Amino acid sequence: MAGCRMKLELSRVALGKGRLGVLKGLGKTGQLSLEVPGCLLHTHLGTVPHLTQDTLNTLSTLPSVTQITLSNIAEHQEVLEEFKDGFRKFAGLHDTVLYCALHDPATPCPTGHTTNKTVSVWGSGGRIELTVAKFMALQKAVKPDWYQSMADGETWQINTSHKRVRKSVDRSLAHLDECLLVHQKSQELEGVEVFGVVEGGDILEERVRSAKETAKRPVSGFCLDGLQTGSMDQALRTQLISAVTKELPEDKPRLLQGVGRPDEVLASVEAGVDLFEGFFPFEVTERGCALIFNFNISSNPELAGRAPPAVLEPGEDQETAGDSQHSGDLNPGDQTQMTSFEINLKDKRYQGDFRPLVEGCGCYCCTNHQRAYLHHLLVTNELLAGVLLMIHNTAHYHAFFSALRDALAEDRLDLLKRRVLGQTERKD
Amino acid sequence: MAATRACGAAANTSENIMSLKKALSVASPLTLRIVAECPVTKARACDLILPHSAVSTPVFMPVGTQGTLKGITVDQLDALGCQICLGNTYHLGHETGPDLIEKANGLHGFMNWKRNLLTDSGGFQMVSLVELSEVTEEGVKFKSPYDGKEILLTPEKSISIQNSLGSDIMMQLDDVVSSTVTGPRVEEAMHRSVRWLDRCISANKNPEKQNLFAIIQGGLNTELRKACLDEMTQRDVPGFAIGGLSGGEEKDDFWRMVTLSTDHLPREKPRYLMGVGYAVDLVVCVALGCDMFDCVFPTRTARFGSALVPWGSLQIKNKQYAKDFEPIDPDCQCPTCKRHSRAYLHALFKSDSAAMHHITIHNIAYQLNLMRSVRQSIVEGCFPEFIRTFMKRMFPSRDQYPGWAVDALASVNITLE
Ligand SMILES: [Zn+2]
Ligand SMILES: [Zn+2]
Repeated sequence: MAGCRMKLELSRVALGKGRLGVLKGLGKTGQLSLEVPGCLLHTHLGTVPHLTQDTLNTLSTLPSVTQITLSNIAEHQEVLEEFKDGFRKFAGLHDTVLYCALHDPATPCPTGHTTNKTVSVWGSGGRIELTVAKFMALQKAVKPDWYQSMADGETWQINTSHKRVRKSVDRSLAHLDECLLVHQKSQELEGVEVFGVVEGGDILEERVRSAKETAKRPVSGFCLDGLQTGSMDQALRTQLISAVTKELPEDKPRLLQGVGRPDEVLASVEAGVDLFEGFFPFEVTERGCALIFNFNISSNPELAGRAPPAVLEPGEDQETAGDSQHSGDLNPGDQTQMTSFEINLKDKRYQGDFRPLVEGCGCYCCTNHQRAYLHHLLVTNELLAGVLLMIHNTAHYHAFFSALRDALAEDRLDLLKRRVLGQTERKD
Repeated sequence: MAATRACGAAANTSENIMSLKKALSVASPLTLRIVAECPVTKARACDLILPHSAVSTPVFMPVGTQGTLKGITVDQLDALGCQICLGNTYHLGHETGPDLIEKANGLHGFMNWKRNLLTDSGGFQMVSLVELSEVTEEGVKFKSPYDGKEILLTPEKSISIQNSLGSDIMMQLDDVVSSTVTGPRVEEAMHRSVRWLDRCISANKNPEKQNLFAIIQGGLNTELRKACLDEMTQRDVPGFAIGGLSGGEEKDDFWRMVTLSTDHLPREKPRYLMGVGYAVDLVVCVALGCDMFDCVFPTRTARFGSALVPWGSLQIKNKQYAKDFEPIDPDCQCPTCKRHSRAYLHALFKSDSAAMHHITIHNIAYQLNLMRSVRQSIVEGCFPEFIRTFMKRMFPSRDQYPGWAVDALASVNITLE
């Protein structure tokens, strides 16, 4: 096995009801851990979008794992090689576990450049082609705590042929074997964990084959690729994930790539997913929106008072949510579209709204600023809008994951689902 | 009120007694305590007490347009030690209405800034939109760049907006002409600015809460400047700005107008030099007797990747910094320099807007630290020495010192070796 310290301790496993536990033994000293179901910290080159350390540190609970992507990093390979001390130190990060993925989940990756021996990532200077040799050289320069193996995930487009899907499974397995071979010979990567990548597009038997074969390799966990929002509906995704997780060993974590919507997260957790990439709050921020969905299932009235009401005034915020829900479902692939979990602060109705984004939210934005100010910053294109929205959306999203774990612990996932999906249901 | 007490120690010339009487007539919400005066130059270190907090001068005031400081939170600004920053009447007055901001407890409440704010009159923006504006005795008429509607900005309107914003220091509406214009238009503008000052004073609804500053005009003409100074210093205002400069005029003209102004401004009131923010200009103009400065340059240039350092600036986006693992300034204690290298910032510029915020923070820290060191040296009585060290660090050799700065400093008894 490549890495060996990472250990998943599950406290609750119910088939079709999700897994609850703690991923332990993380980081250089093995002292860090991450609760699952959990979400990684999404970054651009190690920086949470828009945020500096000061603004990031206003968030009281941050995941212990930071995700970086080769699409940002590949162009800086030479710099990192000269720096020698790894990406964590290069980026001024300290106590965080570094997970290095291939692509940025929030940036669509152009297709048609994958070959038998290479995959391509797209950075600021354009396309960079990676062979396994280059991929592994990058890992040695980055020195992450864990990384995703090189994989061909180009199967997400509608009408990808069976042949192409099979090829992606074969290639990804071949890449994994080659990566592991290099990995085992590299002293610099001692103790670093490798995640194998399960491919297979939307074809069940390919998914199962990919899962079975990947599970045979000495990997620490699994990335479920090619299932991202926009590639298929949740019913099919749930079916595929359920089939895949059945084939995977119970004691290793499963990371679902490219899925972040709260409704899809809930369904995927039930299908057996443990980890998500935290890019959703960033997407919401980029469209000038704020997450407001309700995830409070506390029966304690005091806690309930503190929790965010999803729809603050029925018939007011509802309207926006309703419109977007409709269009969002029509174009599930278009990630610039609003979802029903957010409000659009550019809307004129917020111009004189002196309430916080979410009543009771303890984030820096909500304790210091009002919707009217956010509206003003957005319509005047001020940079602070992105900063404040990113703070709130990150806080809200990670609090949702915390509520999700509480719900699993208390066996109240159904209640949480009703709460989170509430708005949508009422609409039908 | 306290301004009088503060200059009790000043020489009892008849001129001083006059101004003491004037200061007594209106209790303005401003106190200037002169902490130290440089025995060689005209520099001084003061405590300027404003409604929201004390300000240590000489002070650089970062410019926040549209109720925000370019991606920096108010807590970050506060943590850098910023005691006063600029708002921007023109932008705020027309994008988000002053009524709305008044409802939000003024600009302080709207942006949640606990320290002092200075707002401009909105007039200065007219210069940049000069093709859209027409000046009459009534006010400045211009077409809104937002909706094309014709707007008349009168002195009364400007003050009414600034009263709604609730700033600690308001600026009078002045008739601004570019500093490169000469002839009768400059004289007309000067006289009109005096008349508009009177209208602004009468229009101020909150003289007990908001300080109105006069703006000295008169272009580059010594006689007109003097006439303007004569007129305006007879008005009972809590402070004075030196206006109509830093608009592309020759630096030789610039510093002469500055020093002429400080020569005639009352000692017990703050002097604000508008639109000045380059490090060398700041140091020289402190020596000429100015207390307050503002400029968009440090924050604007940050967004293009230019980091200010004691030896000039670093263009972080340039390839030469790709493998430079030093902080921007190894001696800087700002959050950016404590954590990040030039190489990381260089790389981050390609991936995220946070790179701009990092440089903005550093540049504000640089400006504020520079002014703190200036003040400290004045208090310790070693400002002349400070200037010499500063110039040596900023320029690789003596022959690269700008001639105007050498002349200006010589005029206040500083010779640079
Ligand atoms: Zn919040
Ligand atoms: Zn710094």
